Amino acid sequence: MNFTAAGYLLLPVVPEMLLSVCAMILLMIGAYNGQRVTNVVTGLAIFFLVCTAAAIVVSPTGKVVTFGGSFVLDDFARFLKLLTLLGSAVTLILSIEFLQDNSRRMFEFAILVLLSTVGMMILISAGDLIALYLGLELMSLALYVVAASHRDNAKSTEAGLKYFVLGALSSGMLLYGASLIYGFTGTVTFTGIAAAAKAGNVGLTIGLVFLLAGLCFKVSAVPFHMWTPDVYEGAPTPVTAFFASAPKVAALAVFTRVTLTAFPDITQAWQQIVVFVSIASMALGSFAAIGQTNIKRLMAYSSIGHMGFALVGLAAGTPQGAQGVLVYITIYVMMTLGTFSIILAMKRDGQALEKISDFAGLARTNPLLAFFMAMLLFSLAGVPPLAGFFAKFYVFMAAINAGLFTLAVLGVLASVVGAYYYLTIVKVMYFDEPAGVVQPMRAELRTVLAVAGLFNILFAAYPAPLVSAASAAAKSLF
Amino acid sequence: MTWPILSVVTFLPLAGALLIWLSRGDDWAAQGNARWIALWTTLVTFGISVLLVLRFDASNPDFQFVEKASWLAQGISYHMGVDGISLPFVILTTALMPFCIVASWKSITVRVREYMMAFLILETLMIGTFSALDLVLFYLFFEGGLIPMFLIIGVWGGPRRVYASFKFFLYTLLGSVLMLLAIMALYWNAGTTDIPTLMRTAVPRGMQTWAWLAFFASFAVKMPMWPVHTWLPDAHVEAPTAGSVILAAILLKMGGYGFLRFSLPMFPLASSDFAPLVFTLSVIAIVYTSLVALMQEDVKKLIAYSSVAHMGFVTMGIFAGNTQGIAGGVFQMVSHGIVSGALFLCVGIVYDRMHTREIKAYGGLVNRMPLYALVFMVFTMANVGLPGTSGFVGEFLTLLGAFKVNIPTATLATLGVILSAGYALWLYRKVVFGALEKPNLAGIKDLTLREGVVLFPLVLLTIFFGVYPKPVLDMSAASIQQLVSNYQAAISVVKAAAVVQ
Repeated sequence: MNFTAAGYLLLPVVPEMLLSVCAMILLMIGAYNGQRVTNVVTGLAIFFLVCTAAAIVVSPTGKVVTFGGSFVLDDFARFLKLLTLLGSAVTLILSIEFLQDNSRRMFEFAILVLLSTVGMMILISAGDLIALYLGLELMSLALYVVAASHRDNAKSTEAGLKYFVLGALSSGMLLYGASLIYGFTGTVTFTGIAAAAKAGNVGLTIGLVFLLAGLCFKVSAVPFHMWTPDVYEGAPTPVTAFFASAPKVAALAVFTRVTLTAFPDITQAWQQIVVFVSIASMALGSFAAIGQTNIKRLMAYSSIGHMGFALVGLAAGTPQGAQGVLVYITIYVMMTLGTFSIILAMKRDGQALEKISDFAGLARTNPLLAFFMAMLLFSLAGVPPLAGFFAKFYVFMAAINAGLFTLAVLGVLASVVGAYYYLTIVKVMYFDEPAGVVQPMRAELRTVLAVAGLFNILFAAYPAPLVSAASAAAKSLF
Repeated sequence: MTWPILSVVTFLPLAGALLIWLSRGDDWAAQGNARWIALWTTLVTFGISVLLVLRFDASNPDFQFVEKASWLAQGISYHMGVDGISLPFVILTTALMPFCIVASWKSITVRVREYMMAFLILETLMIGTFSALDLVLFYLFFEGGLIPMFLIIGVWGGPRRVYASFKFFLYTLLGSVLMLLAIMALYWNAGTTDIPTLMRTAVPRGMQTWAWLAFFASFAVKMPMWPVHTWLPDAHVEAPTAGSVILAAILLKMGGYGFLRFSLPMFPLASSDFAPLVFTLSVIAIVYTSLVALMQEDVKKLIAYSSVAHMGFVTMGIFAGNTQGIAGGVFQMVSHGIVSGALFLCVGIVYDRMHTREIKAYGGLVNRMPLYALVFMVFTMANVGLPGTSGFVGEFLTLLGAFKVNIPTATLATLGVILSAGYALWLYRKVVFGALEKPNLAGIKDLTLREGVVLFPLVLLTIFFGVYPKPVLDMSAASIQQLVSNYQAAISVVKAAAVVQ
């Protein structure tokens, strides 16, 4: 098929184009009909996300490069784009209830999520620094707005503003790093940088540090994590679920791609940074979460810790490591979405419950919900035979193979500390006296929970599909 | 006839748990259903595991009933099988579970369905631990057991259950994560985590040391060995009766099983290097925890400390590295499984009546509970290691084995036998003998039929194995022989090399 524009192959970009066009169509529908079509727009947005996923599945196989190297479509990109779309679609499902309230009817919400998803997809496929920046900004700008989407709420507004200011700062650092790299190598494409980096020079390393600092901000790794707890707590809960899933996938994807394809020959230069960031994130995520009383804040620290664990795989810098990152992020997304479906279901008299103490005695009042929550928490803690164990298994496996013993030992010790605060929630649910009955769970939340919860429990029985897909995706980077 | 008998035994309890989960109904009827489903599931599981014994070829030292299917990755497969070392533990597990269910029949009244489900899931995980032939699979079962046990202690436990359950979970997890890293290192060394393959793969000396230490961290906590035993008294005291039984009878044995299955065959040189360390810790455990047991005021705590002391004999026997020591270790574990389980059941019986575990709250029970006094005496004697009870055989063999390699260790450990007589008899005298002075004990009832059904088979087994230990010893003899000869061969090669230099 000759589907080109200005000599560039367009076929690989069809999913992104499709999603952008859909977002604009939805914007028109919304603009002409007002807020009463919010439900329709959200429903259509979910449908379009599924269509885009289908378009990715049928897109040409193998590695395709277009726009002069700016855009790469390989197995790695396909894998992560599907995961991102899953995260976005589930987020929209989770936010149906949130958008039904009269004071919060916003058809723009779904459209912003779609646009942000387009940004993530571009980010995942970025083959040079320009595409990287474009994708990152499209993603982030939409995210800033959704963070503040509950605009009558001071906390939500504060979250949006905080996220915006700090995000702008990190974008600045990233751009500065990118310009240094361009200055010292004379190219922006990852392959070109890789070739130039073989010689190695100080300027390039400094550029790399700034670039990584910007990326660390997006994956909320220590020491660029400060925004995470406040934004997670302040943003509406469906938005928090979104922040914890899809954007993390995209950011981690670009982190992996940049380090492994643009700087494969100066591994030691970025490896030590990644090792440090990883250890710091795991430690802070584990220790700081202990004192939390708000479940959303706790999930923020939990996600900081999990990003640290995912980066353990990246630190290895090997195909196994990349495979570990992919397995980790997939399982992490499933666990997170499942957990948030429960947090969203925690309501009493129409009032959302966000304190951990509100979970008291859930095992007595709603055993099934408590059971799934407990399994998800044990999984987040990495206890076998749940999915979360396998996530950690693959990244540590890669770290051991790469000889990063200190990292591995500190990592597993941090996971024991982390287990403590997950256990605290299980304790509250199972050992404490009930604090009151929660409302019955809505059908869409129940569906999300059933899928995520069963995936979590049954992963051990049949891990092969995910593991082999991740392995194929990881190989396409090398 | 070929059907995956081992997998059936392993996963049948899980199926029972699912059945309980699916069974609905009003509260009272659902509770009754849950009890009966759990009882029948454990009985059928036991029945099938008897089939394992009947079909087991004791003269074959290798793994039998082997099942293999691809699972996680290249070299990490679903591989199950038992040999003479693991089969006794599988049987011990399946045999004790029905007792646990019956023992909880009346004493558990809240959240019965969840309780029974937790026990059945725990049974699956325990059987799996003993029959897994892949390290990752083993780890999965080994660690997975923490979740149901955590809930059992925390939900149905005593007043300090939260502290005890957290301590139990975090202690064990901390020990195990290091083992996980060692498992990964072994994978990269040999390209597989298949246990039979790893047993034949020589591991470099330096790696043996580190891997041994990592495995030791996990098994020493699980065992538990002094000084990482402190979680055990807490967990025992707070756990419900059946939880204590499982903890003492089976979960502790995972540590000893781990030493036999991994430390000795895979890291023989490191095992031999570290044997003095293990001996020292074992002797401290035997003497020190026996002394601590003398000072206890809580019945369960006393038995818990005596468990630590008895496990000291096991570790001593295992690391003696000879046939007598290892056979003694295996036998001691099986015997301790029966005896300590039974002792906790005995404590549970008076606890159900009086709701206290303070030793000084009792006294003179023999006047009102003659049957109970008889049963309790048999188990107390077995705990002391009186000849004619199963406790004697294990202790004697482990001491024999240790005597061959390290006389001071064996001598000091023998001291522990005297001390154990001290605390056990003292406990028995205070609880059972004397005049019945406490007014609230005046109305205490003797064993009910249900309690008798639970305890008498255990009495018979205790005496039977004390008089005729051959069935257990024969079952494991061939596998132990192979283990010892491989172990000694590996060490003698190194010793010969040292002499040449």
